Formats: sequence, structure tokens, C-alpha cells
Amino acid sequence: MAISEWLPFSVLVPLIAAPICALLPGRALPWLLAWLAALASLAITASALPQLWQGAISYPFGNWPPPIGIEYRIDAANGLVALLVSAVAAFVLPWARPINDHEIPERQGVFYALFLLAFAGLLGITLTGDAFNVFVFLEISSLSTYALVAHGWDRRALLASFRYLIMGTVGATFLLIGIGFLYMMTGTLNMADLAERLPEVQDTRTVRAALAFIVVGLGLKLALFPLHLWLPNAYAYAPSFISTFLAATATKVALYVMLRFAFTVFGVEYSFDALPLGAVLMTLAIAGMFAGSWVAMFQRNLKRLLAYSSVAQVGYMVLGVSLATSAGVAAGMLHLFNHALMKGALFMALGTLFWRVGSVRLDRLAGIGREMPWTMTAFALAGLSLIGVPLTAGFISKWYLVLAVLEAGQPWLIALIMITSLMAVYYVWRVIEAAWFTPAPAGREPVREAPVRLLVPVYVVVAANFWFGIDTRLTVGGAEAAARALLGVGP
Amino acid sequence: MLLSPLTVVLIPLVGALLIALAGDRDRLRDALGWITAIAFFSGVVAQVGPVLDGAGRSQHVWSLMPGLDIAFAVEPLGLIFALVAATLWLVATLYAQCYMKTLGYRHLGRFFACYAIALGAAAGVAFSANLLTLFVFYEVLSLSTYPLVAHSGTAKARDGARIYLGYLLATSIGLLLVAVLWVWHSTGTLEFTPGGIIAGHIDPVWIPVLAGLFMLGIGKAALMPVHRWLPAAMVAPAPVSALLHAVAVVKAGVFSVLKVAVFVFGTDTLVDTGAGLWISWVAAFTIVAASLIALRLEDLKARLAYSTISQLNYIVLGAMVATPLAVIGAAMHIAMHAVAKITLFFGAGAIQVAHDRKKVAELDGLGRAMPITFGAFTIGTLSIIGLPLFGGAWSKWYLVLGSLEAHQWVLVGALMASSLLNILYLLVIPIRAFFAPAAEGVPNHYAEAPWPMLVAMTLTAAGCVALFFWPDPLYRLAGMLLEGGTS
Repeated sequence: MAISEWLPFSVLVPLIAAPICALLPGRALPWLLAWLAALASLAITASALPQLWQGAISYPFGNWPPPIGIEYRIDAANGLVALLVSAVAAFVLPWARPINDHEIPERQGVFYALFLLAFAGLLGITLTGDAFNVFVFLEISSLSTYALVAHGWDRRALLASFRYLIMGTVGATFLLIGIGFLYMMTGTLNMADLAERLPEVQDTRTVRAALAFIVVGLGLKLALFPLHLWLPNAYAYAPSFISTFLAATATKVALYVMLRFAFTVFGVEYSFDALPLGAVLMTLAIAGMFAGSWVAMFQRNLKRLLAYSSVAQVGYMVLGVSLATSAGVAAGMLHLFNHALMKGALFMALGTLFWRVGSVRLDRLAGIGREMPWTMTAFALAGLSLIGVPLTAGFISKWYLVLAVLEAGQPWLIALIMITSLMAVYYVWRVIEAAWFTPAPAGREPVREAPVRLLVPVYVVVAANFWFGIDTRLTVGGAEAAARALLGVGP
Repeated sequence: MLLSPLTVVLIPLVGALLIALAGDRDRLRDALGWITAIAFFSGVVAQVGPVLDGAGRSQHVWSLMPGLDIAFAVEPLGLIFALVAATLWLVATLYAQCYMKTLGYRHLGRFFACYAIALGAAAGVAFSANLLTLFVFYEVLSLSTYPLVAHSGTAKARDGARIYLGYLLATSIGLLLVAVLWVWHSTGTLEFTPGGIIAGHIDPVWIPVLAGLFMLGIGKAALMPVHRWLPAAMVAPAPVSALLHAVAVVKAGVFSVLKVAVFVFGTDTLVDTGAGLWISWVAAFTIVAASLIALRLEDLKARLAYSTISQLNYIVLGAMVATPLAVIGAAMHIAMHAVAKITLFFGAGAIQVAHDRKKVAELDGLGRAMPITFGAFTIGTLSIIGLPLFGGAWSKWYLVLGSLEAHQWVLVGALMASSLLNILYLLVIPIRAFFAPAAEGVPNHYAEAPWPMLVAMTLTAAGCVALFFWPDPLYRLAGMLLEGGTS
């Protein structure tokens, strides 16, 4: 079978595995099934990748040709995102097993089933070429994510989950309204078809409203400032595994969908000329960069610190995109990928700390660098990537972002990027200073270093941060191909 | 055996790993420290022959992004810097192992590992073949020295280390990286090329701005107003101040300044456009201002820190004046100042170990109890003042000649004023130690620091004298720097 016929299975495997998982007893089997499903998705998306460099692959569901049936349409842009999502799942799950045994002692079958649904949903959003299908998968992943967040050990997780539910539902509804408007005007839901038909009706208020609704709806999912309010608590109180997975994937997928709508469906000229999308996104991106970094600087709970840092980092991605140049979009896509690596590694290191210490508060973690040197070193190394120190993935992101800004003739933005980078130095360094140069607080039991089975997956992701900071062929090549695919220039 | 530059850079980094693993096993760790330092030294010395023959090794390691390489090339200027660092590391190993144990510091595994990483990073800076490689190792150097400054873990040490890292990262990320990106964006290359790379690519109106970004961005060169990190770093143990904040870190800064001046701007471009002149005036101001501040400081190490700021800017000044003699003087001053200043810091540390004194006023009459320490201190001071019979005379001579060549009388005046001020704030210390009536509690019998520290000091003091009588290899290396450039 050709690879194009395999591709839908990257979504279907976790989707089918989910209900089976819910029925499986004990702890080992559900985990194993979830991991195998993630590995299968990773294998499929990875093997498809080389072909995507040449051009898009299309798969009509049930053999109904598009635009009648639902089409899966995969090009370099969503191929890269799908690879990222499935790779994160496949690499985080081995680490998550002991973590989840600790944090979610009961009914793991249901937990992993929910995870698989969220995972399948994210992949589905990414791969589908149908606007309504995006909404369906968005709801699948969101609903299961709300439940997953509520699994957190702290009772505040329930409130965080509820808030996320309210905000997420508003976002999804906005998206649905936008898609409804588009359907009303064009009579089609297939993205490629929409892109063809929209120019005829683009000067109507309905289409403009559709774009606005879709951007705002996805902005909520993306945690674009000031629509980010759900994110810090959701990340902070979710189980460590879910924080890690969400931080590395969920906002990235939302950004991809926004790009898909703005660039492919509406077309870059329309989105950035008819509506001042460039100016709006740039303003919000800068505001997010500053607000997120600023709040992160004063956080005492490290999960919240990382969450606010994510708000700032989303700002970098959107800033690149808002330039609407191919270099800018490539920089955004590149940071999308690299940021997943950084935050994945950081949240994994933090989860490992929590597993031993039982807290992620800065004052409780004072002096921990001497008790858990390997875990804390992993955190510090990933932190360097977040700051953007050379030879890390973060440096490559910053480099391309600044070059894109220069190329777009807006050198003043460099100052803002550099200032927020320095703010990142501050909030990462507070942690390092507390961990190594502050005596341990009175009353904390001495803890031992985490076991190797936790450290190895953490270091694999940390190593990826350095690997992709040194060998940039996949990331930079992928991001540039993704930008070309999104902007519709060349293969 | 001629090792590749990458191997030389890796020796201390691998050594650091082993030292960290040895942890608290003192003998094993010290032995590893010696092996690493000796291996590194021989690796660097082996590069001298080929470079003098005009055949320094170059090596392409890896392409980070298309056109952006991690690459090394051993050229004369880098070799001077690497030689100075490698030689003084040997001496400093002797000193540091004794100092840290005598004063009972803990976590020595971490300490000596970071010490070695810093040296590896310095070598990386020295051998870098392009701006990107230089920037990479420059940052590694900043990060690896942070744990050394914060080592004692007291609130004061943490504050000092915070200022240290804050200044260095803020300038390098906020200014230097921007300058590097600017060069890359406009020229499409970051390769260090004799004669420079920016001529014809950047509007001459903007060159002074770019020069400003570079010179302030290289915060390690301590041009005012980005000099505050250096006194802040003085909370570190004396061996750190001695080897890193008199040699490796600050010299990595001024080395980068020179490298950028000669191989990115090109001395011809700098002379023709006069783009660097405004910076050389800032440097002249820094030289005098730092000396005036040093006059008022009571703490010995703080005084030495401001003296370092002043001396570093000799090199910035020479690089920005950019006449051939000024550049030669600046390159030689890297070595001359390093040897002299490490002697002074060794002395400050020895006084602390033997008598636990830090204030200048408390040192009166101490010279009679510590004749070797203050003898070495005197020699170091005289070399820094630039008197003949000591190495510092040569570099100062060429710097003054270079400034005369450019008809910059103000700069000549600043260099001369600095010599006078040096006498007032540095030479006065050993003079009072030998001849003033003893301060309270100063013993009137012989009470010196432990012998390894005395040996280290004596060796570096002898180095100051030796460099006066045999400056030739250094001069030849410095001269070779310009052969490709201005001819």
C-alpha cells in the first residue's frame, strides 16, 4: 500500500485504541497500548515525511472524492506538526509511566483512553483538509483534555479544568461560527475548495466576520495574549504528564490551524490586507512576549512559571507569522517545533522533581541541585535552550526570527526580541540560583536522585534540544518547506 | 604532535567531566587537574611552530545552518591568547589547589570542573574562525564562570554573580548578537577575513554604530558603561579572580575586540572611516575614570578590578585606533597585562590566606612579614605601570607610538595619565607595605603564605621580567597579524 493510504491510520489507531484502553484492567496494559498506538502514529507520520517535501498527499475518506467527502490533505506544514505531536507522545510516554503511577493511582485505563482521544484529536486537526472536520477533532481533543486536566492531584485542578472548559468552549464556538459563515457563503467545507471559492465573495462582511471569528476562536486555543488566561492554571494543576504533553503540542496545533486558515483558506493577501491581521497579530504577539515574560519573572510555582513563559513563546511564533513573509512564517514554524522540545524537556524535568519532592514551589526546591543533580542539570540545560544560548534549538529559533525581522525591514522588533530573551534569562536563572546556591529549606526531607528510567527519557529530549541546535537540516528545512506550503509558493 | 584545534579545545572540556566525576576525592581530582592543564598546554604550544611558518591549522567542524559554520583556525592573535591562558593555567593550578584547600572551600569538584570548562571555552574563542564560533564559546565562557563567582553561596556571592552574569548576558545577547546578525544579514558571511568583511556592504554612516554594538556588546572588554560586572565578580575566590578575571574571561573580551577590529572591520576600514575613534575616546575616558575610581577604593581586590578595567581599555583603544603599531601594542598587551595582573591577584589571595586582610590600609608594614609576596606584587605593579625592565613597557610603547601615528594626542595623554595614576593607586601599596610603620596586628616576623602559592607568584613575576628581555616571539606573532591585513 502506498504511504498515502496509511496516513489516516496515524489518527485512526489512537482513536480505535482509546475505547479498548478504557476497558483494559490494571496499569501496565493501558499504558502499553497507548504507547504502541503513539509509536504506530510516529512511524506512519515519520515515513510519510520524505514524500511531503515533494508535494502534498491527499486521501479521500470512504473514497468520496473531495470536495464531497472528507479529505485528508498533508503537506510539509501539517506533516511537520503531525510528526511533532506523535513524536512527543511516543517519547514522553515511557517517562510518564512511573509518574502516572504516582500521580494517578487509580483507573488508569480511563486516563490513558482520554489521553489517546486527545492525541488522536490533535493529529486529526492537523491532518484533515476539511474545515468542519477541524472543529470535530478540536472538540474531541478539547473535551478529553478538560477531563485530563481535572485528573491533577490538587483540588484546584478541578477549577482550572472548569475554566479551561469555559474558555475552550467559547473558542470552539467562535471557530464553528466562523466555519458556518464560510459554509453559508461558499457551500463547501473542503479547505482547498474554500480557497478557490472565497475570492468571489471575499468583499462581503460575512467573510470578514468569518475570518475574525476563526482567528479569535483559535487565538483562545493558542493562548494568544490576552486570550491566555486559561493556560497557566491548566498547566500548573494538570498531572505532570498532561502538562508536558499539552505544553509541547496543544498550542502548536492551534497555531498551525490558524496559519492554515489565514494563509491557505483565506489567502495571505486577503488576511493581511482586508483585515489588519498583520498589525493585530504583531501587537498581540509583542504584548504576549512582554506580559508572559514579565509575569513569569515573579512566579513561585515553577509550573506556572513555565506556563507564562509559554505565553511569551507563543508570542515569538506569532510574531514571525505576523510578518507574513516566507522567512517570517518559517521562523514561526521553526520555533513551533523547537519550543515543543524546550518545554517538553523542562516540564519533564519538573515532573521528575515533583515525583521526588512533592512540590514545584521554588522555595521548596531550594538546594535541590545537590540532591538531584542529574534532574536539575537537565532542567538547566533545557533552560539554556529556552533562553536561546548558542548550540541549542532555542538559538536557531531566535536566529531565524531576527533574520526574518531584518528581512521584513522592521529592525526595531529586534530590540523587543532581545529584551524578552533577557527576561527569560532572569526567570530561568532564578531557578538555577535557588537550586544550587541556596541552602535547602528547613523541614524538607532529603531526597534521592530520580531513577534511571525517569532520567533517560528526560535526557533524550534534552539531547534533542542540542541535536536540533546543531543539526538543523530537519527543522530548518522542514520549517521552510512548511512556510512554502502554507503560503502556496512552490512545492 | 600537532593536535587539531578542536581536540585542543576538547581537552579541558573532557578533563572537566572527569574532574566533576572525581568530585570530593581530592588526590584523584588534583591529579586530573594537572593532567588536563599539562595536556592542554602541550596541545597549544605545539601550534606555535606551524603558525610561525605561516601554516596554522584550520578545521571545519560542522555547519550549524547553511553558511554558518562551527570552524577553527589557528592564527597568530588567537595563539597569543591561547598561549597566555594555557601557560598561566599551569601556574594557577598550583596556586588554586593550595588556596581552595587552605581556606576550606567545599564543592571543589564543581569548582575545578567549571574552571577547566572556562579554559576550554577561552581556547574555543581563541581559535574561532568566524563570528558564530566566537559567539558560541564566548557564551559558554560566561555561563561556565557563573558557578565560580557564586561559589561560596553566600548572599553577597549570589548578588555579585547575578550582576556578573546579568551584565555579560545582557550585553552579549542584547548587543553583540544583534551586531553579528547585522553583519550576517548585510554581508552573508561571518568568516574572519584579513582586511575585514564589511567594507562595501554597510553604509559608512552606520559603521560607527555597528562598531558601538560590537564594542559594548563584548561586555567582557569592560568598556564603560558596561564595566560593572568586573568589580562584582570580585566576590569569587582569589584563583578565579586571578586566572579568569585577569586572564581568561577579560582577555577573551579584548581578544574578541581585536579580532573584530582586524578581521571583521579591517584596520584599513577603521582608519579610513574613523569609525572606531569615538570608541577609542570612550576607552580613553574609561582608562582614566577607572583609575580615578581605583584611587578611592579601600578593598584591595576591588582596586585591582578597576585597574583591570583601565588596562583592558588600553587594548580596546589600540584596536579602535587601528594603526599598525597600535594593533601590535594591543595584541602584546594581552600577554603583558595578563602576566602582571595575575601576579597581583595571586598576591591579594596570598595576603588573604596568610593574614586574612582585604583592606589596603591594613597592609602597612606587611611587606616585612611577606617579602616574597610583596616582592612579586612590586614587580607586577611596575610592569603594569609600563617601566622598562618589565614586559609592560613594550606594549605601552607600541600603543603610544600607534596613537601618535594617528595624531591622537588626547589618547596619548590618557595613556600617560594612566601610568601616573597607576603609581598613585598601585605602587603605593607595596611601598607602604615595605616602609610604612606596621598596621595594627601585623607581625614583625616572617609569616608567608604556603609555598605553592609563593612559587606560583614568583614564576609569574619572573615572567614579567622575562617578557621584557625576550619579547621577540610575541612581537613576531603580533606583527604577523597585520601582514595579511594592511599590506
